[in-house]
Amino acid sequence: MIKSELVQKIADQYPELYQRDAENVVNAILEEIVDALARGDRVEIRGFGAFSVKKRDARLGRNPRTGEHVAVAEKVVPVFKAGKEMRFRLNMEAANT
Amino acid sequence: MAQKTVTRAELSEAVYQRIGLSRSESAALVELVLNEISESLSIGNSVKLSSFGSFLVRDKGQRVGRNPKTGVEVPIEPRRVMVFKPSNIMKARVNGLDGSGVADD
Repeated sequence: MIKSELVQKIADQYPELYQRDAENVVNAILEEIVDALARGDRVEIRGFGAFSVKKRDARLGRNPRTGEHVAVAEKVVPVFKAGKEMRFRLNMEAANT
Repeated sequence: MAQKTVTRAELSEAVYQRIGLSRSESAALVELVLNEISESLSIGNSVKLSSFGSFLVRDKGQRVGRNPKTGVEVPIEPRRVMVFKPSNIMKARVNGLDGSGVADD
């Protein structure tokens, strides 16, 4: 499923909502999550999962093709951990198929 | 700088502020969006949200695990897990860049 399909599903279930608004709703949610992570905050959605950021130290990497050393600067990466209910749902369906 | 936790309440508030729907409708829509994503993943379909990232479903095979405390071997059954792959734009944004010049993989 891609974003436009998600937007369509929302619009189908909310006939009083313009497609445009459904798209804005999805974008507002996603932007709020990214904004929070950019501030260094954590996003916890019970039953779904949690987004957070982790600091990666600067390191000496290598260009895998040439073997050359390259300095990799310290950076922050977004991480996601699925919630308990989500992990359960993923396997419920699998058990039925 | 203290770390805060953003929850459903803040997500609905963002929808309320930006779209101008009622608070209860905003909360219901946040729930609906999360539900549609969960639904897709639970039937094994990945969800790709451009400029945000992708939620992918992976099948893990059976393997032998070990109770780290007792050292007793226990079989770990085959299972399905989800992973999140952040977009290049999200990666740039969390590093304080605006991400506008970044290719959306």
